[in-house]
Amino acid sequence: MAEKRTYEVIFIIDPDADDAEVMRLTETTQKIITDQGGSITKTEMMGKRQLAYELSHKRDGIYVLLEVDGSGAEIAELERRMRVNDRILRYMTIRVDEDRRRAQKLKDRRARKAERRTKPGKAQVAEPETDAEAEAA
Amino acid sequence: MSTNFDERDSAYGFEREYERAGMPGRGPRRMQRRKICRFCIDKVDYIDFKDVKLLQSYTPERGKILPRRISGVCAAHQRMLAEAIKRARNIAFLPYAAD
Repeated sequence: MAEKRTYEVIFIIDPDADDAEVMRLTETTQKIITDQGGSITKTEMMGKRQLAYELSHKRDGIYVLLEVDGSGAEIAELERRMRVNDRILRYMTIRVDEDRRRAQKLKDRRARKAERRTKPGKAQVAEPETDAEAEAA
Repeated sequence: MSTNFDERDSAYGFEREYERAGMPGRGPRRMQRRKICRFCIDKVDYIDFKDVKLLQSYTPERGKILPRRISGVCAAHQRMLAEAIKRARNIAFLPYAAD
């Protein structure tokens, strides 16, 4: 549990909530996280959006996105709190550090490949590659 | 069924990559076009569930995930795409089922 993880927490607030209530709810969630030893790296108010299907008989919802660094304990606490809060229509937490590492790996691999391509026998090898790149553009 | 697919995909711009071979009873239309993965061309490493516009283009009217047999997406990217679509559904960005 000691390792550092990154999560994306997204939750939907009741569309009837006014700005002040949205702010208050967002601040409380942030406080829960910091109290538990996590840190918030990003907060994004995505605003009111139409839902793809009804949630608690509501057609829209106010989306808030948080990015959290922590151990996982704060997520457990946060989810427990959100579950009982009936102003929060839905929440979802996604662990993103693993996905990001994988994306980075793919990116690095591609960079290495590109490097290998351009280095040996510069002009000859580079020629057929430009074709592929032109197609990609 | 196949007629259905035709109509549906043309609205999403996949008609070019459509495989027309092997359709019995519909004449010898062997217009096989090499399907290419759009994500590989764009060098996408991660498909975000918040990118609703993108995901919508892979979920035709009914809300189902478009099979890669039709879209031409490679296996690795189809997995990412499916995961992203499922996440988007959970958070009401996309419908589970639409009629």
